[in-house]
Amino acid sequence: MVPISYYLVVSAILFTIGVLGVLTRRNAIVIFMCIELMLNAANLAFVTAARHLNQMNGQVFVFFVMVIAAAEVAVGLAIIVTLFRNKETVDVDQVNLLKY
Amino acid sequence: MLPLYLIILFPLLGFAINGLFGAKLKKPLPGAIAAVAVLASFVVAVLRFFELSSQPESSRTIVETAYTWMSAGKFSVDVSFLLDPLSAVMILVITGIGFLIHLYSIGYMAHDHEDKEGTLYARYFAWLNLFVAFMSVLVLADNYLLMFVGWEGVGLCSYFLIGYWFKRQDAAEASKKAFIVNRIGDFGFLLGMTLLFLAAGSLKYADVFRVVSENPSAFNVGVLATMGVSGIVVITLLLVVGACGKSAQIPLYTWLPDAMAGPTPVSALIHAATMVTAGVYVVARSSALFEIAPETKLIVCGIGALTALFAGLTALAHTDIKKVLAYSTVSQLGFMFMALGAGAYTAAIFHVFTHAFFKACLFLGAGSVIHALHGEQDMGKMGGLSRKMKATNITFLLSGLALAGAAPLAGFFSKDEIIALVFAAGANDSIYTVFGVVGLLTAFITALYTGRQYAQVFLGEARDEHLHEHAHESPAVMTVPLWILAIGAVFAGFLGVPHLPGVPEALHAFPNWLAPVLSAHAGDHATPHAPNMLLLLLGAAIGWLGWIAGVSLGKGAQGALLPQSTNVLSLDAAYNATVVRVGFALASTLKWIDDNIVDGIVNGVGVFVTQVGEALRAMQTSYVRNYAMTMALGALVVIAWFLTQKVGP
Repeated sequence: MVPISYYLVVSAILFTIGVLGVLTRRNAIVIFMCIELMLNAANLAFVTAARHLNQMNGQVFVFFVMVIAAAEVAVGLAIIVTLFRNKETVDVDQVNLLKY
Repeated sequence: MLPLYLIILFPLLGFAINGLFGAKLKKPLPGAIAAVAVLASFVVAVLRFFELSSQPESSRTIVETAYTWMSAGKFSVDVSFLLDPLSAVMILVITGIGFLIHLYSIGYMAHDHEDKEGTLYARYFAWLNLFVAFMSVLVLADNYLLMFVGWEGVGLCSYFLIGYWFKRQDAAEASKKAFIVNRIGDFGFLLGMTLLFLAAGSLKYADVFRVVSENPSAFNVGVLATMGVSGIVVITLLLVVGACGKSAQIPLYTWLPDAMAGPTPVSALIHAATMVTAGVYVVARSSALFEIAPETKLIVCGIGALTALFAGLTALAHTDIKKVLAYSTVSQLGFMFMALGAGAYTAAIFHVFTHAFFKACLFLGAGSVIHALHGEQDMGKMGGLSRKMKATNITFLLSGLALAGAAPLAGFFSKDEIIALVFAAGANDSIYTVFGVVGLLTAFITALYTGRQYAQVFLGEARDEHLHEHAHESPAVMTVPLWILAIGAVFAGFLGVPHLPGVPEALHAFPNWLAPVLSAHAGDHATPHAPNMLLLLLGAAIGWLGWIAGVSLGKGAQGALLPQSTNVLSLDAAYNATVVRVGFALASTLKWIDDNIVDGIVNGVGVFVTQVGEALRAMQTSYVRNYAMTMALGALVVIAWFLTQKVGP
């Protein structure tokens, strides 16, 4: 039996990688994938907790998160495609019109 | 029977039509609509008058309640109308003379060179109709509050009509002055009304007068009980303040001469025949209150005598045809106040009645002259007009003689009655004798300036050939009202002939008619009194001699005549130096506070927000990673905060 802390550590590592990716990368697609990574880190933590507590709530949450993530992917990719059509780039630093 | 509110409704309807659609109607349609509306009111008033006079003398009171206006606890006011002998006289004068003046206005306002688009024409008649409606409310109301609605309404219409040529500086200022001076009087009136309600628990005339007759000490309410004078004296004095404002008495008369900046028919209707007599009407209506307040009566009589004398002297000095008539009106109103102060309420209303005829006729005659001379008002440039303007000449002569008190025209009977009754009051309090002498003196001055005015305008040589050449008689629509009013000026006096031996009772119709409503006073109408023959003869002599002296003065005069000063009593200058200056100082102080402190706070808030925004806008970099970093740090802070908290309950 693998202790619960192992799963949570993996989850935390995945989440941190995701955060760092969002903060440091400029390619919109990569940022997007990093966000997915963070979502899945959260999912892992949910499943772990559900297993540990012998409750189904966490697993149901995971399904919700996956559904929302799918929707979010559809919207997000649409935005990126539109962005590319307008700017010929997916570099988020080039999208800097909304400022003072 | 036709309900009383129709009298108010017809002119109100005319006001609505002319006010909403008048600008689209062609001349003279708005004038015709307005005149017909007032004529309809007059017909209703006459019908109701006959109904009232067919009743036995003791039951001549008709009250018609339209609806309850407001009701709060003990306080309840109805919109209800009262027709009794007093309000019947007033409503007949208002609608009858009002109709004639509407008719005259159609001709007078037809060629207004300051109204090129023709939009002002309908507006004029709209305001004139609204005035008649409010004046009818004033006299028909059966309680003080509804009366006050009419009271304020006529003040408003007066403001609009004085400022009818609002592009002229003097008209705009005169209208403001009239309104503000009247507000001062109204303030006193409102206070008086409030105290009346506190004391009597009602504002209905009938209720108030019942309380007065049953329990006069009920009026020592609240602070009045501690003042050492009878509460009724304070209340009546406050009412008199209002009456002084409306009826242009010292010290609030200054607005009336300035009000001549309005069109002349307006001066005839509002500032001679009807609105300015509202103060007299209110005092007469409240005669039951004034009868138990002898101190107030003395003050009223004093104010009247003083006003009559000084306004008469001022009229002597003026050379503007309308200003002479304006001061004459102030002077005649002074006579009415003298009568009120002496307890001769019938005589006061009788003078209101006769004065309405001859003063309206004089004003309209002056308007006819001004019309003929293309706006010239300086009597120094007139003269010799009798040859050019036959109808105006004769009607002006007749009504001028009536004003002068030349026997046996209308003004003689009403003025002589007043002077006789003031002398009669002198039997109890000798100061009234002094007022009576002042009255006689003023009667002479009246005859003098009226005769002078007539001679200067109509007799002698033309002093301005050019003006005289172009002068012409006014159209029939203007001369017919003049004739009717002149007939009234000649014959109206015969309704109130003194009780001489051999005079039939029909010639005392007016005092007998009013007897049931007005409080009786010793020597007044209630008991037929033997007139003072000496005084009658003296009055007649004064009237004719003054007139002849005035005519001979005016005939020889070139322009300025008796040019002492047009400021016999320079209240205007005194007000400018005190009240107006203080007002301006207060206003400029408040303006400084508004500009610097109030605006300073408001602007300061604005500047602060702007500065903060300037500082914070640097945060908006537009780089996604910056925003993401902010979110991440924020999340960290939240997590850190949770970690430091104790877990569990």
